[in-house]
Amino acid sequence: MNAPDSLEGKLREHLGVPAVLTAQEDLLPYAFDGTAALRQVPRAVVFARSAEQVATVLRLAGAAGVPVVTRGSGTGLSGGSVPVPGALVLCLVEMDRILEIDTRNLTLRAEAGVITQQIYDAADAAGLFYPPDPGSMKVSTIGGNVAENSGGLRGLKYGVTRDYVMGLEVVLADGSICWLGNKCVKDVAGYNLRDLFIGSEGTLGVITQVLLKLLPKPAARATLLATFAQMDAAAETVSAIIAAKIIPCTLEFLDQKTIRCVEDFAHVGLPTEAAALLLIETDGHPAAVADEISRIEALCRERGATTLKRAADAAEATRLATARRSAFSALARLRPTTILEDVTVPRSELAAMIRFVGETAARYRLEVATFGHFGDGNLHPTFLTDERDAGEMHRVEEALKDIFAQALALGGTITGEHGVGLAKRSFLRGQMGDASYALLKAVKRAIDPDGLLNPGKATE
Amino acid sequence: MSMGKSGLRSLDYSILQQCMHCGMCLPVCPTYAETRRERHSPRGRIALLRAIADGELAMNRAIAEEMNYCLGCLACTSACPAGVDYGTMVETARAEAEELRILATPKRDFIRWSTMRVLFTRPRLLRLVGRLLWLWQASGLQALSRRWRLTRLLPTRIRELEPLTPRICAKFSHQIIAPIERPRDGGVKHRVLVLTGCMQDLMFSEINRATVDVLLENGCEVHTPPAQFCCGSLHAHNGDHATAQLLARRQLDAIDPARYDAIISNAGGCGSHLRHYDRLLAGETAYSERAREWTRKLKDIHEWLVEIGFRRPAPCGEHRTFNIQFPTPHQTANAEVRGSMLEVGCSRSGDRGRSAPVTYHESCHLCHGQKVSAQPRAILRALPGVELRECAEATWCCGSAGIYNITQPRTATWLQERKVAHLRATGAEIVALANPGCHLQVANGLRAAGCVSTRVVHPIVLLAEAYAAERSTRSDVGQAP
Ligand SMILES: Cc1cc2nc3c(=O)[nH]c(=O)nc-3n(C[C@H](O)[C@H](O)[C@H](O)COP(=O)(O)OP(=O)(O)OC[C@H]3O[C@@H](n4cnc5c(N)ncnc54)[C@H](O)[C@@H]3O)c2cc1C
Ligand code: SF4
Ligand code: SF4
Repeated sequence: MNAPDSLEGKLREHLGVPAVLTAQEDLLPYAFDGTAALRQVPRAVVFARSAEQVATVLRLAGAAGVPVVTRGSGTGLSGGSVPVPGALVLCLVEMDRILEIDTRNLTLRAEAGVITQQIYDAADAAGLFYPPDPGSMKVSTIGGNVAENSGGLRGLKYGVTRDYVMGLEVVLADGSICWLGNKCVKDVAGYNLRDLFIGSEGTLGVITQVLLKLLPKPAARATLLATFAQMDAAAETVSAIIAAKIIPCTLEFLDQKTIRCVEDFAHVGLPTEAAALLLIETDGHPAAVADEISRIEALCRERGATTLKRAADAAEATRLATARRSAFSALARLRPTTILEDVTVPRSELAAMIRFVGETAARYRLEVATFGHFGDGNLHPTFLTDERDAGEMHRVEEALKDIFAQALALGGTITGEHGVGLAKRSFLRGQMGDASYALLKAVKRAIDPDGLLNPGKATE
Repeated sequence: MSMGKSGLRSLDYSILQQCMHCGMCLPVCPTYAETRRERHSPRGRIALLRAIADGELAMNRAIAEEMNYCLGCLACTSACPAGVDYGTMVETARAEAEELRILATPKRDFIRWSTMRVLFTRPRLLRLVGRLLWLWQASGLQALSRRWRLTRLLPTRIRELEPLTPRICAKFSHQIIAPIERPRDGGVKHRVLVLTGCMQDLMFSEINRATVDVLLENGCEVHTPPAQFCCGSLHAHNGDHATAQLLARRQLDAIDPARYDAIISNAGGCGSHLRHYDRLLAGETAYSERAREWTRKLKDIHEWLVEIGFRRPAPCGEHRTFNIQFPTPHQTANAEVRGSMLEVGCSRSGDRGRSAPVTYHESCHLCHGQKVSAQPRAILRALPGVELRECAEATWCCGSAGIYNITQPRTATWLQERKVAHLRATGAEIVALANPGCHLQVANGLRAAGCVSTRVVHPIVLLAEAYAAERSTRSDVGQAP
């Protein structure tokens, strides 16, 4: 046990003994998040139960000059909640209350540690709909979703987390507690500070509460599985659907390797012989859904779909979506280390980008599997490798550099939804340009002058 | 610190490396749900074991206790898309902790030795102890000592456990099952062997009888050796690797799997271990081939019935649904309970056409350990006069988990209460489940919650009753004037 006047001693005094972990066996499991090959044991882990406790933690850590890394469920894929050396991890999973569902204004207010699935379920039970559904939704916290501005399978039609955040409670590095936003649909009073914190990856403040916008539940939905003999044909089909001015809610893509791994785990009857697969869903008014799904089927056929299969019922549709959500982890069946990327390009460039990924992998003699939110132009090329093979890891790094450069050349971005974190921070300046990057750093300095919050993340 | 061959360091590293710490297993892990600390989650435990394998951390008391806090429910393995073999890791880690004697005390050593090395390796001795326990219960001595509060003389921990002592059957399996039984109509399509288990044999021999009946109804010639060895699952799950291997070898000496189309297990916990004899004996040249054959043949009873296309029992005329033909020990425990049970079982006159709601609790080692989950439901759905209602968290552990309710009573009770609340929410009058440990845990939990009229029963017993009801309807019809 640490001395009473140490940071840990003071934290225990204020938050209680069980809220502070310092033993080695308690800390080791907080050395990583969902990102491959990043690892750093924190100096301590602390669990806060209120904004006031968060403020206390930040004040004490600030006084001791100890950096703080905020953590939700640690499913991040860019190293956002991987501790920096000597850091204190501030974990919010115990702030897990849903505080209010306002069915007159269609909003939901919750603490930051609530699991995304529970937000969805609570809205659903009230006859409402919270659309953002990252693959990790059964695990991730809503605070983590806001901090990463996470996307999901329904991004194409419904947008990302940002589109549903109406208000936030954040605790700043100096311990002050701010409410940003409200239940008003329109509000132009002052700068839009709320949006500054969305996607800030825990570098500007600690989000302790969120006020979310809800939608009415769509009356009907239809789900379609289409297979293709070539990846290009699948990519072109997506472009054709968008060009036909149809906006399905989901347009997901899996290549053959991914299909096989997912089927191996989920046993939902995916066609393992197909080179590529599209999972398409439309929702809305029953008549519109019926019309859209048959037009989509026609477009798939025109582009050479080898098979088309509609989900028989809601249960089957859910099974397919759940199987798709397991794609990333299922790929770990093939090799010990899975390095997942998140490049995103304008949708017209999808086919070109997919081809480039394949060529790059071949050039560097690497194994790659690709899946992603095709409708958003968001690809997850995943390198299957072994972190203990230094030579191969080096080739992966080189391949990633080429892929990032190509994405930028096509007018894209290095990350569509997973954030910059540790993994991509050396590429951010290249994407933003010097002036914009300087602005970003100026904002960080203004809000967190001592670099207390998640230092070294997102920026270098 | 050096470790023998069974240690984590010698474990195939790829098993540890397989976990990519995505966290998809967190929402299904009961101990993580209880504490919200990563150390008590699957990926946290794996990280600790990997650190030991890497030599970064030593196996110490905290880790040994951590591995005992883990239920070994294997829910994480069903949730894990990456196919991480957590079961092997937990068994290896527990074996390492035992080998290093990290938690050893003279008392613990004695208990482990007397149960795992003595009692559960000697089938005849186990039956003798069972018989003595039965005498104690049947003679009324147990009730008497409870009434006179003699139990106060016991040490606290034992006193708390005393009410948990299972009720022993009046007859064990070999007294109600012939070594070989053939289908009534003579038509033999398959030849199978039934494993009677230890707990199942002493406390639920009627389940073994029902298993044989159901197999006979489906064209199986059934072999049930009267003296059988413990499968060794208790030993493997509790870090006694050597005895587990010894018992597996004895089992294979006694039973040649090549002679049967299937080896049938009807207890989730045993089956899950029995299936892995191939892995357990992989290194032993004299046995590895036979062990592989054994693993190929080993089937859970539900799995086997669905595989051979079991016959759906015909609805019996006046939906004379479920008579209590095989009362479970708890039902016979007192007359009051028995009275209300019979009412539930037979359709009351005002209740014609009504079907009995049944819900299914999935034993961890059946659904997660053996991935048998759809088949028991298929059997329940095939029963006439029964409506299957799904229960929330059906795949969650009930807290029994082998000897977990003895070693970790707080968590076990929390899980038991959570389970009972979900079961009650379904409004089911019958709870079907297929593992003796779960059976006791759920029945005790229901009783503690005051649900005396809920029947806890193995799905196969229900199926056997349905076949029996069908036969008696047929004979009723035959006798009609
Ligand atoms: C299998 C799998 C599938 C995934 N699928 C998707 C997907 O489809 N779309 C997608 O966008 N992402 C996806 N992700 C990535 C990840 O789940 C998301 O980024 C998620 O939002 C992280 O939530 P978390 O609670 O785990 O946050 P953590 O990983 O703990 O933290 C993520 C970042 O947010 C910060 N943070 C967390 N909570 C707070 C808070 N309250 N206040 C301030 N900062 C905070 C942390 O410091 C860190 O920088 C997936 C991950 C996995 C493992
Ligand atoms: S055990 Fe499986 S599900 Fe859990 S973190 Fe590891 S890879 Fe993910
Ligand atoms: S076996 Fe059960 S208790 Fe143990 S880590 Fe897995 S899910 Fe958790």
